[in-house]
Parts: sequence; C-alpha cells; structure tokens
Amino acid sequence: MSQKEWPLWEVFIRSKQGLDHKHVGSLHAADAEMAIQNARDVYTRRLEGVSIWVVESKHVHASNPDDSAAFYEPANDKIYRHPTFYQVPDSIKHM
Amino acid sequence: METLELTQEEQFQARIDADVRIEPKDWMPDAYRKTLIRQISQHAHSELVGMLPEGNWITRAPSLKRKSILLAKVQDEAGHGLYLYSAAETLGASRDQMLADLHSGKAKYSSIFNYPTLSWADMGCVGWLVDGAAILNQVPLCRTSYGPYARAMVRVCKEESFHQRQGFEIMQTLCEGSPEQKAMAQEGLNRWWWPTLMMFGPKDSESPNTEQSMKWRIKRFTNDELRQKFVDMMVPQAEFLGLTVPDPNLKWNEAKQGYDFGDVDWEEFWNVVKGNGMCNQERLQARVQAHEEGAWVREAALAHAEKRKQREAALVAA
Ligand SMILES: [Fe+2]
Ligand SMILES: [Fe+2]
Repeated sequence: MSQKEWPLWEVFIRSKQGLDHKHVGSLHAADAEMAIQNARDVYTRRLEGVSIWVVESKHVHASNPDDSAAFYEPANDKIYRHPTFYQVPDSIKHM
Repeated sequence: METLELTQEEQFQARIDADVRIEPKDWMPDAYRKTLIRQISQHAHSELVGMLPEGNWITRAPSLKRKSILLAKVQDEAGHGLYLYSAAETLGASRDQMLADLHSGKAKYSSIFNYPTLSWADMGCVGWLVDGAAILNQVPLCRTSYGPYARAMVRVCKEESFHQRQGFEIMQTLCEGSPEQKAMAQEGLNRWWWPTLMMFGPKDSESPNTEQSMKWRIKRFTNDELRQKFVDMMVPQAEFLGLTVPDPNLKWNEAKQGYDFGDVDWEEFWNVVKGNGMCNQERLQARVQAHEEGAWVREAALAHAEKRKQREAALVAA
C-alpha cells in the first residue's frame, strides 16, 4: 500500500456573480482537475457557489503572526486616512 | 503603574478569554494542540464511521424519495468528515496518520455507531435522535476557540438540521401509519434512546478533562448539561409522536423546569468504548476494507497526475 498522500489544496468559492472568491476550506486531490471536482462535491452541494478556485496549499505564502505588531502597527497612528478625521461644517452638504 | 509581564501561555489564555479565535500559525500550548487534534480527529472518525449504519439501508429504502434523501444525508456525513480532517490538518496532523489510527483501533469514534440498524425505523431514530444529539454537541462548537474548527462546525451545523428533520419525518410517517409501523417506531426508540444519551459522554464527575477543555473553550457545556438539554428537548417530541420514552424514572421536575431521568447503563457504555459493542468489529472491518479496496484508485490517480505533469513539461521543453 502506498503511503503517499494526495497533495492538499485550498478551495476558494465565489458564492454569486459579483462577489469575491472566498476561502472555504481544503481537501486532498491528485491534481487540479480532481481538486475542482471534489470541491464541487464537498463545498457546493447546496448551491453555495458559481465559481471555484483551487490552489495547492504549498503555494500559499502567509504573513507571520509573530510579526503582527511590527507589521500592522504603522497603520495605527494614521487616523487622517479615515474620513471621520475631518470636520465638515454643518452647512456643507453631500460630502 | 506596575508592569504586567504575561507569559506566552497567559497571553494565549487572555486571548481565549476575550473570545479572540486562535488561528493555525498562532502560538499555542502543546497540550491545546494535542487535545484539539484528538477531539477533532475523533469527531471526523465519527462522521466517517457514522455513514456505515445508514449506508446499510440505502438499497432498501422504502421509496425513491427516501433513498435520495438518505443518500444525500450519508454524502453530507462524508463531507463533515472531510471538513474536520482538514481542520485537524491545520494543526499539523497528517490525514494518513489519522486514518491509520482509526483503522488500527488506536483512535476512538462515537460509540453510537457500534449499534446495529435493524429496521427502517432505525433510519428515523438515527436522524431524529442521533443527529439531534450531535446538533446539541455541535452548535456550541461553532464558537469554539480554534478558528478552523469553529468554521468547520458552522458548515456542519448548517447541514445537520436537514438530517434531524428527515429522521423525524420518517418517525412521524411510521407513527401515523399502520399499527405494525407504529410498533416498529416504538421498538426503534426503545433500542436507540439509551445509546443516544451515552453520546454525551461520561458523567461530569468522571470526565476529568472537562475543566481544562472548558477553560480553553474547546468545550462549552459539560456532558451532563448537554444530556439534560437533550432529554428536555426530546421528550415533548416523543410525546407528539405518541411514543413512550423507555425510562420508568422519567418525570417532569417543576422546580428545575426540566425532566428527571434514569441513570445510563455505564457498564454498557464503557464496554462499547473498549471495543466490545455489538458492531465494533464489523464497523472497523468495513472501514478498513473500503480503504484498502480504494488503494489502487488513490495510486492510479497519483500516477495519472504525475504522467500528465511530465507530458506537459515535455511540451514546454519542446
Ligand atoms: Fe454529521
Ligand atoms: Fe448528520
């Protein structure tokens, strides 16, 4: 008996036309075609999707949670990036 | 102000207490990882083995409609197994290893599936009672602390309510049918009631890991709490069906606004857990056989993928 596992794939589904593909989970499959078929069977049995992307998990690169502080902090003190930072006179409409 | 230096483990617990989800790459205590892998893979195994007692009736369902419904339900259970194995894999467990542990008997699965499905009413009982109990167990896990597990449970729970309803509908149809059909329903309830109560696990006083699991929020109610909820939920439904719950000690308790009920036969429970239930051997054998007979498919698919990759590479090189 072979001990070799089928590779792992990450599955992304567009739930309806006009929306982004969203990560829904993962599965094992020998190749991309089988991954898409399995994703259809496992993740869209109740019309959950109109389009499927699969990506072999080993190709996904992720940010490191240990670096979160340094990585995301620079956005913390830039409140002027938000519209609520600005005061608009009451008499000004449509802004 | 004095500075508070938290250890890694205290920070971890603080996140859990604040209901912040833990994700795969986050630091976590080894024991949390191990406990989760055990819990999630056991759950996955239960979904997988859980297909067998119902698979037993697919070819004998009384109508095409019932057959289609049962097929869809069993297919859902395979999906549930897959969602859960995937969640366990995010913790570093390997799929092959988890399956090997199931097949060698090292890993456990829910004891309920070691009981036989003898009549069509058992399809009703499994959906109504067993899936009903599973739902009670699973709904709180949609808020469990480990992100991939919680997300898998959301998916599972969405699908489970159809399972319970189709089971109830089978029971209702039998109960509104001939006297023989009604008797079949009652006989099913008689056999399934107690094993279903066992699904919630040992009594709290004999469940030493509950406290830690509650603290980690990978368990959100105790076994006894869930068992009580289940009884309170199911008794009125049995009454609606005109069926008698096989427990002479069952009695409404006005003060606690819940039912008092008899004690589970814990000897039987432990006996089945230890592998001596009616179908333990048969289930495991069927599972191992299915896995072994599928080996050539898995190998052929890999060989095919490999060949195609090489052919494409040759085309690019040419
Ligand atoms: Fe399930
Ligand atoms: Fe189910």
